[in-house]
Amino acid sequence: MSDTTTTPRTHPLVDGEVGPGCKKVDPIVVADGVVRQFGGLTAVDVAHVEIPRGHITALIGPNGAGKTTFFNLLTGFDRPNQGQWSFEGSSLARVPSHKVARKGMVRTFQLTKSLGRLTVLQNMLLGARDQRGEGLFAALLKPLWKAQEAANVERADQLLARFKLDAKREDYAASLSGGQRKLLEMARALMSEPTLVMLDEPMAGVNPALTQSLLDHVKGLKDDGMTVLFVEHDMHMVRHISDWVIVMAEGKVVAEGPPETIMQDQAVVDAYLGAHHDTDLGTLTNQQVAQIHEEADAERDAELEADGIEAGDEPAATPEPEAPAAEAAPEQRPEEEQR
Amino acid sequence: MDFLSILNTAAGEILSPTTAAFALATIGLNIHFGYSGLLNFGQAGFMAIGAYAFAIFTMMVDPTATLGWPSWLSFIAAILVAIVAAVIFALILGIPTLRLRGDYLAIVTIAAAEIIRFTVRTQDLTAVTGGSQGLRGQDYKGDIDAMNPLTGTTYGFGPWTATAYDTWVRIIAWSLVIVALILVWLLMRSPWGRVIKGIREDEDAVRSLGKNVYGYKMQALVLGGTMGALAGVMFILPRAVQPDNFATTMTFYIWTALLLGGAATVLGPLLGSILFWVLLSFTGGLINLLHGLGIFGAMTGSQAGQLRFVLVGLALMALVVFRPQGILGNKKELSFNV
Ligand SMILES: Nc1ncnc2c1ncn2[C@@H]1O[C@H](COP(=O)(O)OP(=O)(O)OP(=O)(O)O)[C@@H](O)[C@H]1O
Ligand SMILES: [Mg+2]
Repeated sequence: MSDTTTTPRTHPLVDGEVGPGCKKVDPIVVADGVVRQFGGLTAVDVAHVEIPRGHITALIGPNGAGKTTFFNLLTGFDRPNQGQWSFEGSSLARVPSHKVARKGMVRTFQLTKSLGRLTVLQNMLLGARDQRGEGLFAALLKPLWKAQEAANVERADQLLARFKLDAKREDYAASLSGGQRKLLEMARALMSEPTLVMLDEPMAGVNPALTQSLLDHVKGLKDDGMTVLFVEHDMHMVRHISDWVIVMAEGKVVAEGPPETIMQDQAVVDAYLGAHHDTDLGTLTNQQVAQIHEEADAERDAELEADGIEAGDEPAATPEPEAPAAEAAPEQRPEEEQR
Repeated sequence: MDFLSILNTAAGEILSPTTAAFALATIGLNIHFGYSGLLNFGQAGFMAIGAYAFAIFTMMVDPTATLGWPSWLSFIAAILVAIVAAVIFALILGIPTLRLRGDYLAIVTIAAAEIIRFTVRTQDLTAVTGGSQGLRGQDYKGDIDAMNPLTGTTYGFGPWTATAYDTWVRIIAWSLVIVALILVWLLMRSPWGRVIKGIREDEDAVRSLGKNVYGYKMQALVLGGTMGALAGVMFILPRAVQPDNFATTMTFYIWTALLLGGAATVLGPLLGSILFWVLLSFTGGLINLLHGLGIFGAMTGSQAGQLRFVLVGLALMALVVFRPQGILGNKKELSFNV
């Protein structure tokens, strides 16, 4: 058990060796030294991270890890204390949020922001970019924007149908259920035809049957050439659609890897179980890592014995306790989250 | 005063230029609050800016006399000066506050409106603004009177009879109201209006879709403020300029008219303004009548006169309880907890 991970050392997406902050072959976002402090609390402290272009990347981590704050920083909704990042090669640090969106980096919010007293269709139309009728003077002359509007309505209807919201087209967004609002927000973001779509817990509160079709839809985005970065606590979903997983804990990127193996990474286990949360995971020597692993194993064995087989939803009695314990932790979060 | 003449006076308010001026100011506030969610508590300040800019330009520059301009050109020029002044005022208010939360705009506008009023009242400025006395109507009405195509003595019928000058002012003021209503209608059915309404609901969401929220809020503030300034001009055409007409009370009358008619509806501000003035006039007349009959005992006439505001207050409370969305408002919109 002293061999730390089963993560492969190389990966087609990665340029060099796999590890936290590793270089990607074709990155769309590159962030360096991004720090955000709230008073004494360092919410985000990302030394280096790259998001691979044209793939689906999951950003996971325990509650309060700084995922949402990192999203806010990247999209200009919050200002970092320091740091640089670029999107498609151009620097985006300190660029106002609406300009970030215009460059093709569009995000959704963890706490859904549907525009209550606009209809579902109007919500969607607001997402369309470069609308002529959004200028004060052009707005007065309908012939100038009528055709464009009609095309946007058509596209909005297609998306609404895909998200099973077509029946709600004329309803006020405020009358939608929580899950429907999540869907609307995602569909609205897609109206702007982004290059990179950043989804903060897109599936929280969406029913499993619809989740399945939406996952396929998200995969479809990739086929259309979009890059997707999403935050999610549901490991089934992460494993099902993501090509790459980045793990944050206490503001830092503690691990990266392909979804099949990331949960076996010891840093991830520690992040979720909270073991050695006082140790800086970025600067561990091999010896320390080995020691931590032994301790963690011992702790886990003890816990498993104590709780019987409650620790995981896979049989915990397997001789290899690593996987179930590692997966159990993150999978228990969504229930907590969704209340 | 008998009951019939009370009704007569009240009905007269329907078409009065003052009602038109209020309707215009309310339409402006509707763009601010009803559609964009901007809390402007200084609409009276915009009116004051417009009124003083118009009157002072006409008196001091007086292009008709000094440059030999035709009076219609001088009038248009004075209107443009009022508009420019309102735009500058809006920018001064908006630049520091529109990036902040909505409450800041509320505080700044209410303070700025009072600053305007106290400034024009100061004795040191008497030569320009007339100080607390204000400005005499005859000093700035020359151009508009000269433009008047009406030559008869009185026009209209019944409660809506007016002198040639008054009728002319009514035509101008109500034409402006109609233009403003059409403008609002055109804008709010357009993608521009959609962005504005989106900002009212949640500006971060609109920002995340690539819209320059700050710019849109500024446009809305300027547009509604300009209508406020034009309302100020229309307000002083039938009377003199009195600084205390532009006190906070005025702002709250405008808010009352807006909420009465229904915010975020095109015609709500018009209906609200008309109803507000008709009601105010009617209750005032009624109380006067009752006072004459000795119903209020030892109260003086002016004390009793204040009672109408009690009645207006009661009417407002009833409105909030029974029809919170206003007369034309959409009940459905209010039933959500957004
Ligand atoms: N505006 C703020 N002021 C103060 N502290 C904040 C603020 N926003 C976030 N934080 C703190 O920063 C840390 C990271 O928060 P963040 O919302 O980014 O977590 P998260 O990874 O998105 O968690 P979750 O999975 O629960 O959504 C938390 O400890 C939080 O308390
Ligand atoms: Mg979050």
